[in-house]
Amino acid sequence: MARSLKKGPYIDFRLENKIQAMNDSGKKSVIKTWSRRSMISPDFVGHTFAVHNGNKFIPVYVTENMVGHKLGEFAPTRNFRGHISKKDKGKR
Amino acid sequence: MARISGVDIPDNKRGEIGLTYIFGIGRSSAQSILTKAGIDWDKKVGEWTDEESNAIRSIINEEFKTEGVLKSEVQMNIKRLLDIGCYRGLRHRRGLPVRGQHTKNNARTRKGKRKTVANKKKATR
Repeated sequence: MARSLKKGPYIDFRLENKIQAMNDSGKKSVIKTWSRRSMISPDFVGHTFAVHNGNKFIPVYVTENMVGHKLGEFAPTRNFRGHISKKDKGKR
Repeated sequence: MARISGVDIPDNKRGEIGLTYIFGIGRSSAQSILTKAGIDWDKKVGEWTDEESNAIRSIINEEFKTEGVLKSEVQMNIKRLLDIGCYRGLRHRRGLPVRGQHTKNNARTRKGKRKTVANKKKATR
């Protein structure tokens, strides 16, 4: 179910403040974040985030097309490489 | 045979059903088109006069995206997801269900015909 429009998009408060500060000072650096649930707002464009996937931080460079998605959508939490073949199984 | 936005519509169908042969028009939009054009839903396609089918044509042209235009729009939306590399894009790329369905069983619409793995039973011994 979609979020109520009345509330506006959810963005982690601290993350938003950090972006604001960076935009004001004109500096750019990678922002480490665990807040996968934050919506990407237009202010985020051009910044790089290191989004946690439960194991490590995945670098995500935000482009204009990504606005409206959540940060977590760009840092997959599962990495399926295919099933183990019969030969490999003996080695384990 | 009436020809509307590049599709032939069968004469022997009721207008409401016949219009759904156009990609992008379902039952409810077919009904709203016919109401707007002032045609009875139950009137067969073959019985439409030229003015009536022209009225339908102009309504569809102005208010609806159909056929090629709509199909390309859908493709563009999918391509956007692929390009930004988000989760939904990855699922499209792999040909798996996009909206969080389980894939242990079923999901055959997305995955296609079953690919049997040889000697699977023995391997799990």
